Amino acid sequence: MTSPLQQKIKITGPSMITANRTWDGVVIYRTAHKGWSTELSEAAIVTTVDEARALLAEAVADDVGAVGAYIARVELADNGEIEPGNLREHIRSEGVTIDLPVSA
Amino acid sequence: MYAYDEIDRTLINERVSEFRDQVKRRLSGELTEDEFKSLRLMNGVYLQLHAYMFRVAIPYGTLSAEQLRRMAHIARRYDRGYGHFTTRQNIQYNWIKLAELPDALADLAEVGIHAMQTSGNCTRSITADQWAGVAPGEVEDPRIWAELLRQYSTLHPEFSFLPRKFKFAITASEHDRAAIKVHDIGLRLHKNAQGETGFEVLVGGGLGRTPFIGKTIKEFLPGRDLLSYVEAILRVYNQYGRRDNIYKARIKILVHELGIEKFAKEVEEEWSQMGDSALTLDDAMVEDIRSRFTYPAYEKLPHMPEELKKAAHDPQFEEWRRNSVAAHKVPGYAIVTLSLKPIGGPPGDATADQMDAIADLADKYSFGEIRVGHEQNLVLPNVARRDLPALWRALDKIGVATPNINLVTDIIACPGLDYCSLANARSIPIAQELTRRFANHDTANLIGRLHVNISGCINACGHHHVGHIGILGVEKNGEEFYQITIGGRADENAVVGTLIGPSVPYDDVANIIEDIVEAYLALRSRPDELFVDTVKRLGVEPFKERVYATR
Repeated sequence: MTSPLQQKIKITGPSMITANRTWDGVVIYRTAHKGWSTELSEAAIVTTVDEARALLAEAVADDVGAVGAYIARVELADNGEIEPGNLREHIRSEGVTIDLPVSA
Repeated sequence: MYAYDEIDRTLINERVSEFRDQVKRRLSGELTEDEFKSLRLMNGVYLQLHAYMFRVAIPYGTLSAEQLRRMAHIARRYDRGYGHFTTRQNIQYNWIKLAELPDALADLAEVGIHAMQTSGNCTRSITADQWAGVAPGEVEDPRIWAELLRQYSTLHPEFSFLPRKFKFAITASEHDRAAIKVHDIGLRLHKNAQGETGFEVLVGGGLGRTPFIGKTIKEFLPGRDLLSYVEAILRVYNQYGRRDNIYKARIKILVHELGIEKFAKEVEEEWSQMGDSALTLDDAMVEDIRSRFTYPAYEKLPHMPEELKKAAHDPQFEEWRRNSVAAHKVPGYAIVTLSLKPIGGPPGDATADQMDAIADLADKYSFGEIRVGHEQNLVLPNVARRDLPALWRALDKIGVATPNINLVTDIIACPGLDYCSLANARSIPIAQELTRRFANHDTANLIGRLHVNISGCINACGHHHVGHIGILGVEKNGEEFYQITIGGRADENAVVGTLIGPSVPYDDVANIIEDIVEAYLALRSRPDELFVDTVKRLGVEPFKERVYATR
């Protein structure tokens, strides 16, 4: 499998690094403090290819803690709030867009 | 039901221990994700958008009540209280934790359930007609042969690393409910002119990026040669199938590129070299498998018992009976399909409480047996007709008696972008909206048999190519768009549907499907001309005109 670090990195705007937590698969975001958070609001934001590569390298190095790290675009609101950059990331961040089946 | 022997039980239990060790090593960092990925996939564990997904095998779609109860337990104990039945007769759990998976596998192993052959480039779990063994007119129970194939293919060392995944489907009925023509190998049991039973063998069917209808490679194959012949096919595929391009690696591409005649010649040569090998089945082997299937002790019962005559006055019961109850090979009994397609619900999902209740009803009314169909519904295959009214009341109470089997709201859909890491667009909300639009059962009955299939990406888990109406999610500039095909079908007359025009945005899909259905109602030659027959007669143009003229 090609490492994400060997793939060409393209940044078209503010971006973050996201992955799934190894032991339970939960969506996580790389923070600025060399750790992971389940909150998108705590994601480290990068805006250049070099920053993205460095943050991705740090994330990929944590193979025990996280699976499948990759760069994803985000939107920054006027108040600085981080919003997912596309529907896929919105669903990963907010959960499924349907009501989950529940027992009566 | 088939009873596993000591070899099967040992294999399953050893597999649990092996996977427990692999997970432990992964969580400790001893195994990297690159090293672990193929190991987890061999146990049905995928990583999806929000969590790991656990796919559990239900070989040939047959379950005991005890097994279904255990599946409910898995949903409740390790997941979020529900499971999703798939188009390959499996069940998937969407929220399972890797750290708890070995325990879940161990719980399943206690009732003879596992996750082998649910992923990876191996021969996958064998699927079959969900009415196998009970359908009137069936040549014989095809599950005997499906079980032989299961035993032959499970962890087969030569075929565990094929160029790509490999799927078998089998039926013994004239009407194909198992979609055998869109599988890598499709098997149809039938009788030849001499009255002998054997297989028509089809090869090279499949959906996904490049859909193909399977081609007949052998009109009649005696049962004794089944394993040797499919092994010859697998060997030719293993040798010549492409490994350099994942999109061209399925056997359908090889068959298409070589042509069926050349491919068949290669297979014949391989097969002739094998001669009479250990794979040649003798009657004793087949009988040994057959003897491990237990069949109900049917009673002699009336076709029209008093209970049924009385219930016939209830229009709701009658609507359900006409829709969801089918003739059984034994007089006095019926095959009952349970709809997992409630109006506004996600297709194919069942809660743990529903699974438990269905298991109890199977014990009470169907000799403890349940079937899973590729249409993502469940079946109670052995219901005494006198019990139909009581069963209907119980099914209605738990929400699985929607009388929509084979109607427009009986939608086949993959999990789509709500769950799946491969998806480009959502499937489930489209299905939910369509069921709301066609919620009126009178309207749905007026429309008649109409299969809507939805896939969230080109991998086609929702079998959109062979839906009477197929909906395929694509992504355009970050937005969800959908391509619509019509005229496909998955049965004995299988054909790939035709695209009606440019893709349309998410918000337009339900309106467009309504337009297509309205066009059909106006165009059909008589009330019993099915949607697919109208499309076949007229082509896609009138539908295309209706959809795009004003858009």
